[in-house]
Amino acid sequence: MRPLLSVRTVSKRYGAHVGCTDVSFDLYPGEVMGIVGESGSGKSTLLNCMAGHLAPDAGEVVFDTRADGPKDTVTMLEPERRMLGRTDWAFVHQHPRDGLRMGVSAGGNVGERLMAVGARHYGDIRGNATDWLERVEIDAARVDDRPTTFSGGMQQRLQIARNLVTGPRLVFMDEPTGGLDVSVQARLLDLLRGLVRDMGLSAIIVTHDLAVVRLLADRLMVMKSGRVVEAGLTDQVLDDPQHPYSQLLVSSVLQV
Amino acid sequence: MSDYNFAYLDEQTKRMIRRAILKGLAIPGYQVPFASREMPMPYGWGTGGVQVSAAVLTPEDTFKVIDQGADDTTNAVSIRTFFQRTAGVATTTSTSEASVIQTRHRIPEEPLTEDQILVYQVPIPEPLRFLEPRESETRKMHSLEEYGLMHVKLYEDISRHGHIATSYAYPVKVEGRYVMDPSPIPKFDNPKLGDMAAIQLFGAGREQRIYALPPYTQVVSLDFEDHPFEASKADHPCGLCGATDSYLDEVIVDDDGGRLFCCSDTDYCTDRRENGHQGPSFPGSEVLA
Repeated sequence: MRPLLSVRTVSKRYGAHVGCTDVSFDLYPGEVMGIVGESGSGKSTLLNCMAGHLAPDAGEVVFDTRADGPKDTVTMLEPERRMLGRTDWAFVHQHPRDGLRMGVSAGGNVGERLMAVGARHYGDIRGNATDWLERVEIDAARVDDRPTTFSGGMQQRLQIARNLVTGPRLVFMDEPTGGLDVSVQARLLDLLRGLVRDMGLSAIIVTHDLAVVRLLADRLMVMKSGRVVEAGLTDQVLDDPQHPYSQLLVSSVLQV
Repeated sequence: MSDYNFAYLDEQTKRMIRRAILKGLAIPGYQVPFASREMPMPYGWGTGGVQVSAAVLTPEDTFKVIDQGADDTTNAVSIRTFFQRTAGVATTTSTSEASVIQTRHRIPEEPLTEDQILVYQVPIPEPLRFLEPRESETRKMHSLEEYGLMHVKLYEDISRHGHIATSYAYPVKVEGRYVMDPSPIPKFDNPKLGDMAAIQLFGAGREQRIYALPPYTQVVSLDFEDHPFEASKADHPCGLCGATDSYLDEVIVDDDGGRLFCCSDTDYCTDRRENGHQGPSFPGSEVLA
């Protein structure tokens, strides 16, 4: 099987400071990869490099495009990369405010990606938007309400709907459950797990919450100081951590 | 004549503006940055239009200024006087006699010819501005033709009002490429933008942008398949001249809620009345005469 995304020796520096360095891995279709590590370990830098928000200083990010097969997204032309960004890729921000248009109704938020790829029939766009609101458990009657009137959990679900409406194949998530209370987190995780399985999505989830990766991720990478210190199957890494930092991370989880 | 250089601006400045105009004409709908000068009037009063007019005026030109269709409002009168003094050009209120027409928020009713130039005053040239506040991002969107966001605005209109409620500054697509803000003209005027014989120049002074439509350019108003564009106007004939095909102003005429719909294009209305046309409210309109 051909990997959907293969990352080769990606490095990014901020001046003298190291963002991430020498990261390589393959992601196969339908697979969910978790990236964990403490704050400042380079998780988000790596994610932004892969999603095309940042240009890495070195390395390749090869994506298996629908039309032309594997292509390096770092050297690809910007229009093409941005097109991927609104069709085959999705990016879920930690703060819904970064990923939503707060001044635009829920329906408009979901419909934006459809209109960006050429949908020009109001009725169809609206039908699609209401359909997606229901799939993420938002009452369809709220399609004309602005996200400012939504709770944090609803905003996050709306952001997910907005991203998945064009049927992407790869979803980047940056701390999707950060800042939500635990019961809302649990519902969101449940929803995400269902969507990932139903749609056969591949996903890369950056988080510092080990419970999230335990539930969602098939494989796990542990990062420290910009480097991957340990990688493997999620259960393997969490139950039998080898690197001292992974051991510290796993043992730091509070038991209730 | 005065001690000012012809048409107020110095020759180097006019050259710079003409270069921007030529570039704008070569790339219809593209916003060309230019070094807008301080003009002896406040921003928002047509500093962009005045600079473009100054750059295209020649001593042989006949100049007309309209403000929301009218020749006799403060803005129109002061700009007309400004060029009378600084350029010494002939001025007129007649659309057909003018060779350069500076306009704020209207296109004259009378079809323009190939010998005429229409100069628009533009407050905000960027059609995507209220949706995307970052200039770096809107420029990128223009260069990569990412115009999905423009339809989000129209979508919001329909979801809130049941129809596209944007009634002025209605976004258009030029020659299938650039999305352009036609300045705050009513959408009734949008169909006149396309295939026009005259050159159309747009000047935004504060925002330092010039854009243009060469003659006979294809201009399409954006819409949805199931909510097509409609050039709307008040559903009345003109109270003074009886015209049914012109854009109307609503004028309150007394303290009892009495109102009158009349042509916003004063030259068009006067012309028709001189040719014997009369509207239903004409005899009772002493207040306006």
